Amino acid sequence: MTNTDWPLWEVFVRSRRGLSHTHAGSLHAPDAELALRNARDLYTRRGEGVSIWVVPSSAITASSPDEKDPFFEPAADKPYRHPTFYEIPDGVQHL
Amino acid sequence: MTTTALPTAAALALGDDALVLSHRLGEWAGHAPVLEEEVALANIALDLLGQARVLLSTVGDEDELAYLREERAFRNLQLVEQPNGDFAHTIARQLYFSTYQHLLYARLAGGDGPFAGLAAKAVKEVAYHRDHAEQWTLRLGDGTELSHERMRRACDALWRFTGEMFRPVEGLDVDSEALERDWLESIGEVLRRATLSVPEGPRSGAWTAGAGREGLHTEPFGRMLAEMQHLHRSHPGASW
Repeated sequence: MTNTDWPLWEVFVRSRRGLSHTHAGSLHAPDAELALRNARDLYTRRGEGVSIWVVPSSAITASSPDEKDPFFEPAADKPYRHPTFYEIPDGVQHL
Repeated sequence: MTTTALPTAAALALGDDALVLSHRLGEWAGHAPVLEEEVALANIALDLLGQARVLLSTVGDEDELAYLREERAFRNLQLVEQPNGDFAHTIARQLYFSTYQHLLYARLAGGDGPFAGLAAKAVKEVAYHRDHAEQWTLRLGDGTELSHERMRRACDALWRFTGEMFRPVEGLDVDSEALERDWLESIGEVLRRATLSVPEGPRSGAWTAGAGREGLHTEPFGRMLAEMQHLHRSHPGASW
């Protein structure tokens, strides 16, 4: 494969109605229209999806590994934030 | 789906179109300009292979038909057997053929003839093939000076193979003239948007191609068949 100057896109696929879009991977494409089509060919060819989003990777602002402790550590010891004190009714699927 | 009643000549013609183009597109595996496009072309090839299997199975044993027929027994259009060339050639061939196939299958799917069931399933696949070819035609035609020139050359080179698509096929109940009108209109529109002009060369008559449906094929087809068939012929009945 030759190297291309095409930008990188992040692909999000919704696998079923009612579920949210989930990050599936990334790909190269010259523009958004073709990114969507490439995503269809790469990530939904085995019937994985009902909807696709593509986002330019450059548009994503990510947290940095250096900020890991201040970002995430404080949440570890606060069990009262977890909804673990409720009984889950039968038949609830997507929780 | 009742498949036993399919007219043999028409099923062979459509089945061979799909089989041969599928093999040509498969030749891009490992060679496509980018990984993403390689998968796209392989997906299209697999769609076509699926259509070929259904169609050829109604005529006889699909393996025998694909791997043991001689060149003269194939009934595909000469357009689909043309070599891949550069990417623009492949896209021009896709544009010409998938537009034809989409218009044809949409008509067959809307009718109540023997191909209606098969066409109804295939028409969705083919709609995507057509979209893929149109998207790339627009980008190559209206791209750089080089891509425009290559796309123009490809459209010109394959133009003389396009008249054959609209010759009547025995057992295929469609209005060829209306089909051709729609095809010309659609191709003209796509080429115009791609800043390309409709090629001026002839599409029918002595200086054009068009005997693939009678079993007369172009020189590159023999070599393609040799590659496609040699494994089966070397190891008859082999399977995995």
